Amino acid sequence: MAAGRAAGATLVEVFLESTDHIGLLAEQDRITNVSPAFGKGAGIRVFRGEQDGFVSTNDLSDRGLIAALEQALGMLGLEPSSAARGAFDGLCELRDFGATKNGWLAACPSLGDATSRLLEGTALLDRHGQHLQARRGSYARDWQEVMVAASDGTFARDIRLHQSVGLNALAADGEHRASQGRRYGSTDRPDDLLRWDAEASATDLCASAKAMLHADYVEAGSYPVVLANRFGGVIFHEACGHLLETTQVERGTTPFADQVGSPIAHPAVTAVDEGLSNEAFGSLSMDDEGMEPKRTVLIENGVLKRFLSDRAGELRTGHARTGSGRRQSHAFAAASRMRNTFIAAGPHSPADLIGSVERGLYCKSMGGGSVGPTGQFNFAVEEGYLIENGQLGRPVKGATLIGEAKEVLPRISMCADDLELAAGFCGSVSGSIFVTVGQPHIKVDSITVGGR
Amino acid sequence: MTSVPTVAPVLDAGSLASQLKELAAGLGIERWDLGAACSTDTSVQVDRGEAKQLKGAQRSSITVRVWNAAGLVGITSTSDLSPAGLARALDGAHAASAYGNADDTPAFSPLATAPLQTLDQPLQEPVGILSLLATLKQAESELLSRHEAISTVPYNGLAQRASDRIYLNSAGACRQQRLSTASLYLYARAEQAGRKPRSSGAVRLAYGASQLDLAGCIDEAAERTISHLDYAPIDTGYYTCVFSPEAFLDLIGAFSSVFNARSVLDGVSLSSRESLGEQLAVPFLSIHDNGLHPGNVGAALFDGEGTPVQRLALVDGGVLRHFMHSEATARVFGVAPTGHAGLGAKVSVGANWLEIGPGSSSSGATGLDRLKADGVVWIDSLSALHAGVKPSQGSFSLPFDGWLIRVGETRSIEAATVAGDIRSVLTSVLGFEGPAKITPAGLCPHVWVEGLSITGDA
Repeated sequence: MAAGRAAGATLVEVFLESTDHIGLLAEQDRITNVSPAFGKGAGIRVFRGEQDGFVSTNDLSDRGLIAALEQALGMLGLEPSSAARGAFDGLCELRDFGATKNGWLAACPSLGDATSRLLEGTALLDRHGQHLQARRGSYARDWQEVMVAASDGTFARDIRLHQSVGLNALAADGEHRASQGRRYGSTDRPDDLLRWDAEASATDLCASAKAMLHADYVEAGSYPVVLANRFGGVIFHEACGHLLETTQVERGTTPFADQVGSPIAHPAVTAVDEGLSNEAFGSLSMDDEGMEPKRTVLIENGVLKRFLSDRAGELRTGHARTGSGRRQSHAFAAASRMRNTFIAAGPHSPADLIGSVERGLYCKSMGGGSVGPTGQFNFAVEEGYLIENGQLGRPVKGATLIGEAKEVLPRISMCADDLELAAGFCGSVSGSIFVTVGQPHIKVDSITVGGR
Repeated sequence: MTSVPTVAPVLDAGSLASQLKELAAGLGIERWDLGAACSTDTSVQVDRGEAKQLKGAQRSSITVRVWNAAGLVGITSTSDLSPAGLARALDGAHAASAYGNADDTPAFSPLATAPLQTLDQPLQEPVGILSLLATLKQAESELLSRHEAISTVPYNGLAQRASDRIYLNSAGACRQQRLSTASLYLYARAEQAGRKPRSSGAVRLAYGASQLDLAGCIDEAAERTISHLDYAPIDTGYYTCVFSPEAFLDLIGAFSSVFNARSVLDGVSLSSRESLGEQLAVPFLSIHDNGLHPGNVGAALFDGEGTPVQRLALVDGGVLRHFMHSEATARVFGVAPTGHAGLGAKVSVGANWLEIGPGSSSSGATGLDRLKADGVVWIDSLSALHAGVKPSQGSFSLPFDGWLIRVGETRSIEAATVAGDIRSVLTSVLGFEGPAKITPAGLCPHVWVEGLSITGDA
């Protein structure tokens, strides 16, 4: 940092990382893959005004780090100064968020315990399922120790622990096929796998697979849609949440850039992003720029309140940092990213929402989706049911929800009182990160449903 | 301004082999193999004439695989190529081997020492990152000047990579391949008053930044973006569709588990072991996997197990001819590995680069010309393949950019999805139009398919 500052950089940030990962796969009644991985690396980011250069390396030797720094300086047209190779004395006292977490890695389940739990899960699928052609269980444990130091005095360390376990099944009966999956994840709890309710997960999954196996294709059209709670929140995350990151403001790709203080959604909608919920997948003690996370109200009663911002976002857009600077690893520069993002609970019951629809679609389980560069989103419905005269009807498959955030947010007219969160992964400019999505049951008055 | 050259990385295969041999002997491990790679990357992004992001990266990775005394396999991966890192990786792999799958144990590929084909892959010296930046700024500027509606190029990048990759095993196999590659992508956003923004773009690959077809990339990005400005909704219904080469390759690639022996054995493919020899598609359709095609920039010469990459007929005359294999799946099927393997305790299998087109005996309908058609949907690009494709079920529902052609008039479609079943698509191909085009994913002409469901302005 001394060398970087002496060369003319306005800010130098060093991100150091050590990782330890285990991935397990069980298929049918066998463990078929055990894949441990570990590594170390550094990411060095140099700012010159609003511009920055970023270099990552696996070479943590003095020579490797200096080479990375000099490459980053060169990107900004800065020459290393041979005069400054001394220690940097501008760091604050270390804020060690990891001090109480040093024993976490050792406290995680052994390979033997983890494999046993996974095999328990695939055995439960066999017990509860019908027509199951393939059964899979998977477990991932990601341990990460990070240290952030920056020439503005930032000096912080943390240890993160994320664990997730999932079950998947493919049901087949003649030409009919249905695949379903369930994933559960948490952070900061070493014994998490041991408290996983495999029975509930397998029972739920098998019920869905059974319902969907002989389902007909949904008819394309525009319908009122009721989205279930938990992972239904993926649509808000993808279609709206990303548009409220300052990276989108910088690119000029959000329609909400100058809408703070203006209504952008139905008054029934309040949306929050935070990194504080206990054990939630997107929670953090500090972000990847050393800042403690905040609770950020994005939309309140339909009115846009603020954006999620990181260090570069604050510099370039003026939106104050929110503790949202996140990255997959040392190989990425931090960017403004979501953490635990959800639509807040409303006053209704789920039955109220379904009862208000004469003919529409109930999306019990959502698959993945995407948002295009112009804001158009597209999400697969994994488990859907027709709503007829306010009652749930027959299951339907092949449904895709299509729309644009700007058009759909004003149509979220009812929110139920059953907010729940679900663990997920988000891929974007700074890599794949752990997040939580969530919502109560919500009703969208009209949305395009792709089908056959 | 300082120009910063990148340094081409080099792996010392001999040194790695010696270290590993010694460490393995210390742990009583007699059989092992290893895949390692290192790379140096530089990349730039710009935003309206200014540097948006300048990045550099030095990466290294290694995967060690060992067989324990019971013959079970374990692996460990790391980015730490130091002697201590190698020792820890070997130890970790040995520990993991206790959980190896006795029913499906990989072995060394019998082709891990077979001769490799030689490809013309010239190593190019990297250029300085500030030179990359100047080039990309110029490209952005030219693209912005092509049409008043093109206001930004929000997704853009110019990158170069120098890499080195090796495969070694305790039986003496030693593969090594060094490469230099470069890529350019430009995705423009166009906006007109009172209308929705539209976006499209283009990609180019080459062996070095100075070989990239900048002008072609700018022209294609501009042309495609402008062509979507005058859009209109499309009625929901069934249409004859003409897939661009890129779109059809994406669709077939998303369903490549049909040709994947690993997926077949796992029970998650639409194919079964008995499917070979079955009529899968119209009799004039052929699909080959050919990672060695000269159009495949940066082609790998060998797969993760050291097996040479080769051209393989997957579908010929509409008939399913071969599956793609690793060593383990090939052994189950009683054939040779095909050069499509990764490296793992459970070895993954994947396609390299697809060639799609007419077979040698028949070409289907002739004289097809989408620009003179009526009521045809021309699908330019598909999106959200990771979410909208169900490989194990055969169904897909995908948003696309494209045009509706009516009585020779071509008009961009506002927003729509195309849905269907891959088995129906393969038996509903009407024919091919025009010459095959080389794309990053493979080689393919325009493909006409009958009767696909389009959801638009319902």
